[in-house]
Amino acid sequence: MGDNFNEMLEADGSVRPPYALLHKWLETQTPGDLRAKIREAESIFRRLGITFAVYGTQEASERLIPFDIIPRIFAASEWRRLEAGIAQRVGALNAFIDDVYHRQEIVRAGKVPGDLILQNEAYLPQMAGHSPARNVYSHIIGTDIVRVGANDFYVLEDNCRTPSGVSYMLEDREAMMFLFPDLFAKHRVAPIEHYPELLRQTLDSVAPPQCEGEPTCVVLTPGIYNSAFFEHAFLADEMGVQLVTGDDLFVRDGWLYMRTTRSPVRVDVVYRRIDDDFLDPLTFNPNSTLGVPGIFDIYRAGRVTIVNAPGAGIADDKAVYSFMPDIVEFYTGEKPILNNVPTWRCSDSDSLAYVLEHLEELVVKEVHGSGGYGMLVGPTASKKEVATFRQILKKRPGNYIAQPTLALSSCPTFVKSGVAPRHVDLRPFALTGDRMRITPGGFTRVAMKQGSLVVNSSQGGGTKDTWVLED
Amino acid sequence: MLLGRTAASLFWMARYMERAENMARLIEVSYRISLMPKPFRAHQDDWSSALKSAHCEATFAGKYDTASQENVIQHLVLDRENPSSIRSSMETARNNGRAVRTALSRDVWESLNATWIELSTLRMNQLPSDKLPGFLDWIKQRSMLFRGAMLGTALRRDSFHFCQAGAFIERADNTARILDVKYHILLPRGAGPGSSIDRQQWASLLRSVSAHRAYRWAYRDASYQPWNVAEFLILNPAMPRSLLFCYDWISNNTLSEIEEEYGDGTLPCHETATETMNLLASANMEKIFQNGLHEFLSDFIDRNNRLTAEIATAYNFP
Repeated sequence: MGDNFNEMLEADGSVRPPYALLHKWLETQTPGDLRAKIREAESIFRRLGITFAVYGTQEASERLIPFDIIPRIFAASEWRRLEAGIAQRVGALNAFIDDVYHRQEIVRAGKVPGDLILQNEAYLPQMAGHSPARNVYSHIIGTDIVRVGANDFYVLEDNCRTPSGVSYMLEDREAMMFLFPDLFAKHRVAPIEHYPELLRQTLDSVAPPQCEGEPTCVVLTPGIYNSAFFEHAFLADEMGVQLVTGDDLFVRDGWLYMRTTRSPVRVDVVYRRIDDDFLDPLTFNPNSTLGVPGIFDIYRAGRVTIVNAPGAGIADDKAVYSFMPDIVEFYTGEKPILNNVPTWRCSDSDSLAYVLEHLEELVVKEVHGSGGYGMLVGPTASKKEVATFRQILKKRPGNYIAQPTLALSSCPTFVKSGVAPRHVDLRPFALTGDRMRITPGGFTRVAMKQGSLVVNSSQGGGTKDTWVLED
Repeated sequence: MLLGRTAASLFWMARYMERAENMARLIEVSYRISLMPKPFRAHQDDWSSALKSAHCEATFAGKYDTASQENVIQHLVLDRENPSSIRSSMETARNNGRAVRTALSRDVWESLNATWIELSTLRMNQLPSDKLPGFLDWIKQRSMLFRGAMLGTALRRDSFHFCQAGAFIERADNTARILDVKYHILLPRGAGPGSSIDRQQWASLLRSVSAHRAYRWAYRDASYQPWNVAEFLILNPAMPRSLLFCYDWISNNTLSEIEEEYGDGTLPCHETATETMNLLASANMEKIFQNGLHEFLSDFIDRNNRLTAEIATAYNFP
């Protein structure tokens, strides 16, 4: 991985322009200075309770995500290109979901096979024919993007269901401004702290047609033991709306209400952070205690808006992913600005043959898997692991897709040995309501181990503040 | 307007913070007595009386055979299986606070969370008995910091008043229970000064509600008079842990504020609070002793519990 793109330094050792000031500043800092700042940051995060829960461990059930104090920086021009690419893709994703649950023009046009949709677990037949307010389905999309060159960005994944991480984006910024005011004074960093306002505007703008007057919005959380509870509380607080659990809501006479210390209050928009399956025991998983019985029926009747819409997951399905270049072109009439990682669908016999031949170079994933389970990372797997996987793949080829391993870009990161390059990805957040709102930058995850490409927080990945410089 | 669940969490958060502080005081007093020379340690059952005052006899009996100092401290300080131990109370307070973070100011939340972070890693073997007083002091300080953050930063609206209701109901319960466990030492018995052991008991009782100095300012008698001690803790309107003070606060500064803010009329909880307040305001110690101190306190504890239940019903606690 020696030839991966370094976001601060060119191959000849010169500094890339967005990092000029930071590079100079870093040279004035001793490892002791930086270490002291890290400790300060950690004590702030812990005191504020910015933690994520780790399932199954009693002692350390609330952990901090490692925070790296060296920011990642994009020049204004770099961001403009990224932003245009995200807007294009997000627009196409919503148009695709709308089409999937209505006339399925894209299937009729032969761009996407019908089976891919109708046989897909992420397709919700209960949503067919339903048009939510403003025809928006995925109001909040977190697009996972990696960089492999100066102008080369790839989308790894579109998160169209309940993407998380935005609270870290905001709190990382708060921490950085607290710890390094001098650095901010030297740079013109585009602000991001208005994200909750934008989210509130987005939610208000998609109130159901039958809502009269100011819409009442709530954030629906599974509760304090959920790994992202901090974020749910944070967003509700910042938006000035109630944070509710399923028990706080009920359906009566065809309307959704919350139980209050006074008479019940009608609710118009539910920003839910629970999965489709748990949303309504009467329509989906009957054993769910997290949701609200009857909410889906009144949703279909246009009396409440659920954000993101049930069934929006059809757009971030791994098998659908491989069709994204066609999907973007079909709905926007433009070539995609952001690259899609070339993907071999093993259900196709030619692709399968190629994949079996190149297993050592490829990443093979389950179509419906997530969290890094049941996958093979060819370049780092042992011969035995590759051989075992080959058998599994032959047995159920339709269950898998394969992609080349990408040379992820790296950013300067403060680790035990000092400042060293580490691999990063980026999750910007796009909001869609009456219009599209994209916050500059996003949530940067960093693999803290040398050479590692795994940035997931559950696997020891950390976070960084992400700066977009203004011109 | 709040979610019913939010109001309940605020109520119990404040209640458990108050409980942790009271528990720390109670242990402190028992510990003090255990350091006295033998004759002053009136009864062998000082530690079991602490269990009784803390209302933890049942959970204790299920786990230990003897009420030794070590066992009782273990049970009242860090025992996770005792829902009223300092550790459990702090955890319950913090979990309730965490569930309703949106209703707390950042300062209140931080005080709660920082306490829990430090306390959650503490093990009994890190708390040898010479470190106990320092630890109990720390608990009291943390509770006071929480209260101060609340008073200094919370908007005076329903969310604040539900916290206050929880705190003062707990405080009244605590004072009444401590009095009830010790009521026999307060009964008037003829003339003559009490023995030094009696004096010791009265002083401890006052200490357990942080009132031994305040008592001197309120009553001029150089030695303790048991009926004065009882009056101080039940009927003194200036003593912030007396039953009258607590109910004046609950009735006139807490529930009445919610009633006014909501404008939904008078509910059973308001009636009960006012009634109990009036009962205390018109009482005098002579009558209370005549009708039985123990009976009076039992009746009060029942009323106090009824108020909690009525508040829960009135405001849709889950």
